[in-house]
Amino acid sequence: MKRFLRYINVYELVRPIGQLLVFSVGSAAAMSAIVVALALVLDRSAVGVHLMEKLNVTVLTYTLTNLPQVVIDGLTIGFVYAAIALGYTMVYGVLQFINFAHSEIFAVGAFVGVELLIFLQSAGVLAGASLFMAYAYLLLAILLGMLAAGGLAVAVERIAYRPLRGASRLVPLISAIGVSFLLQDVIRLVEGLTSGQFNRIMPTFGNFDDRIIFGKLVLGASKLTLGISIKSIIVIVVAVLMLVGLNYLVNATRVGKAIRAVAQDMPTASLMGINVNRIISLTFLVGGLLGGAAGVLYALKFTRIDPFIGFFPGLKAFTAAVLGGIGNMTGALLGGIILGLLETFAGSYMGTFTMGAAGSEYKDIFAFSILILVLIFRPQGLMGKNVGQKA
Amino acid sequence: MSKRRISVFSMMVAAGMTLALIGSAGAADKAIKVATQSPLSGDQSLTGVDIKRGAEMALEQLGGPLTALGFKVTLAPFDDQANPDNGVANAKQIVSDPAILGIVGHYNSGVQIPSSEVYHTSGLVNVSPANTNPKVTTRGYLEVNRIVGRDDVQGVVGADFAAAKGVKTAFVVHDKSAYGQGIAEFFKKRAEENKIKLLGFEGTEEKANFDALLSPVIAGNPDMVYFGGMAAQAALLFKQAREKGYEGTFMSDDGFDSADAAKIGGKTLLSGGGTFYSTVAGPASVYPGTAKFIEDFTAKYKAAPQPFAAQSFDCMAIVLKAIENAAVANKNEVPTREAVAKAVRALQGFKGITGTYTFNAIGDPEKSLYFIQQVKSADPAAWPTNPIVQTLEIAPPK
Amino acid sequence: MVSSYLKALFDKVNQGPLAYVFILVHMIAGTFLVYTQPRSNLAFLVLITSFLSLYFFRADARFKLIVAAIMALVIIPIIGVRNIFYLEVIFQISVFAALALGLNIVVGFAGLLDLGYVAFYAVGAYLWAFFGSQQFYVLHFAPGTQPAGLPFLLPGDAFYMFLLVGVVIAGLTGILLGLPVLRLKGDYLAIVTLGFGEVIRVLANNLDKPLNITNGPQGITPIQRPTMPEFAVDWFNTIFSPLIGHPISRADMYNLMFYILALMVIIVIIFVTRRLDDSKLGRAWTAVREDETAAIAQGIPLVRMKLTAFAVGASFAGVMGVLLAASRTFISPESFTFMQSIGVLSMVILGGSGSIPGVILGAATVTILNLQVLQGFSLYLNDLRQSDAVIPVINFAWKNLSTQLDPAKYQKLLFGLILILMMIFRPAGLIPAKRRKRDVAREETK
Repeated sequence: MKRFLRYINVYELVRPIGQLLVFSVGSAAAMSAIVVALALVLDRSAVGVHLMEKLNVTVLTYTLTNLPQVVIDGLTIGFVYAAIALGYTMVYGVLQFINFAHSEIFAVGAFVGVELLIFLQSAGVLAGASLFMAYAYLLLAILLGMLAAGGLAVAVERIAYRPLRGASRLVPLISAIGVSFLLQDVIRLVEGLTSGQFNRIMPTFGNFDDRIIFGKLVLGASKLTLGISIKSIIVIVVAVLMLVGLNYLVNATRVGKAIRAVAQDMPTASLMGINVNRIISLTFLVGGLLGGAAGVLYALKFTRIDPFIGFFPGLKAFTAAVLGGIGNMTGALLGGIILGLLETFAGSYMGTFTMGAAGSEYKDIFAFSILILVLIFRPQGLMGKNVGQKA
Repeated sequence: MSKRRISVFSMMVAAGMTLALIGSAGAADKAIKVATQSPLSGDQSLTGVDIKRGAEMALEQLGGPLTALGFKVTLAPFDDQANPDNGVANAKQIVSDPAILGIVGHYNSGVQIPSSEVYHTSGLVNVSPANTNPKVTTRGYLEVNRIVGRDDVQGVVGADFAAAKGVKTAFVVHDKSAYGQGIAEFFKKRAEENKIKLLGFEGTEEKANFDALLSPVIAGNPDMVYFGGMAAQAALLFKQAREKGYEGTFMSDDGFDSADAAKIGGKTLLSGGGTFYSTVAGPASVYPGTAKFIEDFTAKYKAAPQPFAAQSFDCMAIVLKAIENAAVANKNEVPTREAVAKAVRALQGFKGITGTYTFNAIGDPEKSLYFIQQVKSADPAAWPTNPIVQTLEIAPPK
Repeated sequence: MVSSYLKALFDKVNQGPLAYVFILVHMIAGTFLVYTQPRSNLAFLVLITSFLSLYFFRADARFKLIVAAIMALVIIPIIGVRNIFYLEVIFQISVFAALALGLNIVVGFAGLLDLGYVAFYAVGAYLWAFFGSQQFYVLHFAPGTQPAGLPFLLPGDAFYMFLLVGVVIAGLTGILLGLPVLRLKGDYLAIVTLGFGEVIRVLANNLDKPLNITNGPQGITPIQRPTMPEFAVDWFNTIFSPLIGHPISRADMYNLMFYILALMVIIVIIFVTRRLDDSKLGRAWTAVREDETAAIAQGIPLVRMKLTAFAVGASFAGVMGVLLAASRTFISPESFTFMQSIGVLSMVILGGSGSIPGVILGAATVTILNLQVLQGFSLYLNDLRQSDAVIPVINFAWKNLSTQLDPAKYQKLLFGLILILMMIFRPAGLIPAKRRKRDVAREETK
């Protein structure tokens, strides 16, 4: 046992889990505190009167009763964003380049996974599957999605980015935007030719839609159930596993050391005998694998996918990466969690706090505004050292 | 592929496309075209493509009488990309082709309104399958007609049904599109008149993650949740609401009338207070033509029809009939656009698969039939058998 | 070798009277073709490309100016009224050329990648949309529920004043955007501007409660146009209707009026851009674009340069927004999506960022591709599909071609391909900027 433990760097396995716990609890607590303080203030104003008329509760009670569910929802989406954000941050760390096409790689992963499950369903396998087999099929879908996305990421790098290495700043960025657009329509074309449908729907099987109920909370005349669906648990667990795995790869293996070396100083790394091209391809591969898995998880949680699902989650995940400090993996984790919580808090409470003047339609603007504020006052993000941008 | 080969290939493609440009002028003697404009690309292409397909099928199935008179009728589909600039540019291209005698379109009122200015200037008749904004017809153009009910009626119908069902509190959500928000606004107005307390009125462009939006909904625990918008979003919202423990009634508009809703929502649409939706299209039980349409459509395009595909079928049928009437009146020669526009207005009681249509002076259908249907089965194939809970016959506002 | 042979041929032709002859022949051929075949897209292309030959061939500047003026003021109005689609295409080319010129200042001159450029366009459009319509009286009504017969806030002729107001307000918006992003470079700037573009679009879509400022997704209509005196229509008819073949209506006259207005705005914009390019400001922008640190070391006031770039670029878009609102009499948030920003960006990239004729060429190419070529190709395929034709060699019936393969549906693919291919093969653009030419040459000799 001890010999086995010597081969594995246990510290690197445990550290990210610890970080995740601290981040989740910390940011949830911070945001809850802000929201509760706001509620206390608003209780004395017109907002409190308005809410009393409608629901017969104070703003404070309303806020507190909804809080646990909002936190759970926020963390779930936060982990999805963190998983996608890692893809962005890895590539940026190594190449100082935003891979715009990552959002479409995420979408491709989702499509491949869902198509596999739809195929299995039409083969009749899913309907009668036992619980164990259901999870096995889901795992298969995730793996397939990961492989497809990873492969695509490597191909994109070879075709569209490698010829442009060394050109000025804007050139690969514009090429990346082009790839993103191209892939969106290619997905649409392929889907149209094979299935003729725009939307693809994740088949229902297994116990994924069930909820685990923790209890009921009373709010005025109604009762709120506090619970978490199995889907969300799966999403969180798989995301955590991926994050831990990635962290281990980068911080505790030789390959990881090579990646970190290339990220730190590419010419010197190549002088040290590291095959830079291979490492860059590997970085894209890993980013793609993560994005693909995130795609299948997204499809699991939100059921319906179409060729354009990549755009907004990709944009928000990039916002999360920048928020946390781009180039920094811990930063991506933190940024994702904070963004997920922020978005969910804003969407849930803004309507009530503003008496309907600004509702959840503004939650995306909220995220962008936070991004702009962070970039003005702390451009290296919450966790970053000033990695510096390529001039 | 080497750089040289890629550039040669792209040049060949460009040359090919240029050559193809030549081939859009020559028209045979008795050639007639009917155009369609709807979003064929972009995120609204789901419905836009089916609008084109519905018209295409109608042309195939109902073009017989015109071919018998000696005409060759073809379809000219255009993609407005849900963008008014493209819509207007395409409209100008459409009106400059003398063979086009009518147009079925659009899907977005925001594109239809400026484009129809162009149709009006050239006298080209436009029969719309999906534009519900009242402003489409309140301008009073001879050329502009629609067969769907207006927002200011459908929203009212929904609110009246809710009141009749004893709903005391409601939460309204819409998809921030002109269609969804239009209906939702009128639902809200009427609900307040019917003394239903509105616990919230929110729009969302979010297509997947409704967790944040649902917290205030669940907290208020309204008797009914009304969604103004399309089936995919609505069904997902309802499903997620059920999963969070909401037990009340769901209601939506005719954008919900698609088998996709059952596919996405599944059993959650049946539990609790049930799911209702208002439609203007007759369900298969009242109009057998609809059942045949769904069957043919699914066989030809390998997918169930989206909302408004059946309406598009009827619009094309109306245009074809009008052209036929005008041609016969013109001694079997190609009729003028004005004649066709007048012929559309002159149609009395046109029996389509979605209803019987007579147009009033501004182009609205006189007395549309509105149906309130309930979702009774989680099987997408059984969608056309959803029972009618209430039927209303309402004339559009003057 | 093919290209160098062609180049030699071109140089031989491009001198002396042969150049003049070529330009005139091209122009007259184009006009004749379009006049006799008003619906042929190829004829239209021949006519439009005559502008290209006007640019490339060496001729006396006055000659070029006179020919261009005749083309723009006589020939295009006539064929534009014979086939209103062409006038629309040319109008859209002018609008997008102005937008591309504005983005050119931000991206091409100052090197700031702005992915949310369409926001300024929206600001200008909604400015006139709000003041030139009844929206002021609709402030307290929910969208769709307003009564009929409301008055208009301002008379239609205030439009001319609002062209200037649009410049100022859009410029201020540009400065407002520029202030927070001053310290950002490259990628970060791109994302933040993308976010800003989305924010403006979401605001346009959502500012309908508590006060109904933008009327939400339904858009604002009707928007007023400036008045058109009757005598203008009559005058045009007496002179030109025999050439056109039929008298024109008021609507046609309005189309022509807005086309002329767009042309005038473009001429002003080109003038301003060229002066900026050759000025101290222009050179400062080039310095900032090439190497910011060195520029600061030279004492160039970075803040002022960046803000000026944003302000000038934004003001061009603002003017065009006002023009668009008046010419369409309708405005909705659907005109101001991220696709539009990328569309304008692809025009700049395709044509050559930093180069004025390049950018105009890029705008014309992308607009024609989008409106005519793709659509024409798709209609052609559609005709084939509805006929009984068969591809000869492989005996594949056109009828069986999947309806999914419809070129008009894949506009995003086209934009994406343009961006990728241009970046890989010709990053300087079709007509590279003159300064760029020198850099590219230097790189090639390394």
